[in-house]
Amino acid sequence: MRATVWFLVALLIVLHQDVWFWNSTTMVFGILPIGLLWHMGISVAAGVVWWLATKHCWPAELEGEGRS
Amino acid sequence: MTQLWLIFGYLGLLLVLGFLASRLSRGTSSDYLLASHSIGPVLLLLSLFGTTMTAFALVGSTGEAFTRGVGVYGMLASSSGIVHSLCFFVLGVKLWQFGHTYGYRTQIQFFRARLDSDKLGLVMFPVLVGLVIPYLLIGVISAGLFINVVTQTSHVDGARQQTFEEGTFPAFFEQGELKETGERDGFAGQTGSRGGLPRDLASLLVCGVVLIYVFFGGMRGTAWANAFQTSLFMILGVVMFVLLANKFGGGEGLIESLQNLGSSIPDAKKTRDGMSQSKFLTYMLIPLSVGMFPHLFQHWLTAKSASSFKLSVVLHPIFIMIVWAPCVLLGVWAAGALVNVPPPVAAAPNRVLAFMVNQTESDLLSGMLTAGVLAAIMSSLDSQFLCLGTMFTTDILVHYGGKDRFSDRQVMWIARGFIVAIVAITYFFSLYNPPGVFTLGVWCFSGFSSLFPLALAALYWRGLTKYGAYASVLTAIGMWFYLFHQSGYAADENYGIPVAIFGTVYEVMPVLPMILASSLALVVVSLVTPKPSPATLAKFFPAKG
Repeated sequence: MRATVWFLVALLIVLHQDVWFWNSTTMVFGILPIGLLWHMGISVAAGVVWWLATKHCWPAELEGEGRS
Repeated sequence: MTQLWLIFGYLGLLLVLGFLASRLSRGTSSDYLLASHSIGPVLLLLSLFGTTMTAFALVGSTGEAFTRGVGVYGMLASSSGIVHSLCFFVLGVKLWQFGHTYGYRTQIQFFRARLDSDKLGLVMFPVLVGLVIPYLLIGVISAGLFINVVTQTSHVDGARQQTFEEGTFPAFFEQGELKETGERDGFAGQTGSRGGLPRDLASLLVCGVVLIYVFFGGMRGTAWANAFQTSLFMILGVVMFVLLANKFGGGEGLIESLQNLGSSIPDAKKTRDGMSQSKFLTYMLIPLSVGMFPHLFQHWLTAKSASSFKLSVVLHPIFIMIVWAPCVLLGVWAAGALVNVPPPVAAAPNRVLAFMVNQTESDLLSGMLTAGVLAAIMSSLDSQFLCLGTMFTTDILVHYGGKDRFSDRQVMWIARGFIVAIVAITYFFSLYNPPGVFTLGVWCFSGFSSLFPLALAALYWRGLTKYGAYASVLTAIGMWFYLFHQSGYAADENYGIPVAIFGTVYEVMPVLPMILASSLALVVVSLVTPKPSPATLAKFFPAKG
């Protein structure tokens, strides 16, 4: 799972370079330019990927470490 | 005057928070500087987010989107969402662990111990302080400017009038800058106060409020104030977005207004037409700067436990979206016919958001916007002031003066003294309104990013040596000065470096060669110089199990 999470982080970085929407003037629901919506999606996806990272890649020795 | 009372009320609330935090103080330097490592997940999330968001998130993002289109979101916001959380996860948690275990208060303490080198601190100290100071100046100057602009006019019985008559304040506050002829710009001049609270006075007010709550509340006061300010600028940002959409969209409801505004966006602003793909890609390296911000390092150390970081790692990208997406949309709407921005405002894009708010003719909305912008600015300023005070006290005075020379209480008061001095010096420099200071901000971020390889290697590479660290820091700062000079000292705002690959020339951000050079110097020199002692390596790379 650890490798999958780091693969997803790398994938996010690749998807961030969305050359396919670079010159697109498409509007979604007449409200959002598709290029902006895509990057808002990247922000949400980043939250999900980092959630997976905290679930599956969190250093086991740090679990519960801290001041009581 | 409504907006002015709202601003005063908001600043007053911050003072109350500072005093309340001081009443909970345990009276120790650890409590004053690190809140006794007591900050839980929610407070950590809000304080880290508030610290990384500056005025640029609200005002600059709208202005940049107005000029360059929606691509600004990808360049600055979604990239930061990925990279900031990466830094929190990969660096923050481990640095917290070492700080918590060995009692570090500053980055320099960590690097000195990790690399067995006392003098490395003397090299890093001026570099870190030098890169933070322009960042501080941006905050102080932009806070003063913003208060001045939004208080220039008030509405009384529906009529617009100046908030303050000429002569209300001493001439040196309201008559603007000195021209070459030796005369001042004048009350109504470009740099005059134009009926608003004078810029220098407003900056002084902001500095004074931040100083008071940091002085009394220390890190706990700063964390509380940041949490309050972060919540405020996020909520006000969304409220402002809805109100402005209804005002300019002119539809029956919000959705119709949004669609009207959407159809008014010029095609060029819906795309990244004219934006270099290679610069867009390499811009992603700039958010790595958070890995070396000294004020963020200090915030990391305040965490109650390693698990406290989890919420920040997950929600930081979403919070960035909540703040940035509405501001970018406002910017591209402003480029359309429904908002109709006049040429003088279009020539100074950072004024676009204030212009839109002024068009609502609501002093209440102006006051709310200003409170939101001040919240974004001050939530960074407070951490930076506290951090520089901590660094002067810990890395210089106590380090060289001797640990036993000062009592714990004296250390706390010395830190307070340094904070007062730093606020005073920053305010003094802000009076000169150095030209190009805003462009300098991106250069400072790039400088911190070029130190990122050092932070990463210190945590994950046993082979790093003190000479490798010296080489990395000196190469980073040498490259920084060279490229900064090449850019005409930030005069060329679009400065990029052409790189030829297989006959095609790509333009990249200066941060790329800076990071590559500092990494190369770090690796090559570390490979040929003696490693830290086995005891040091065992301390920072303990055997598993």
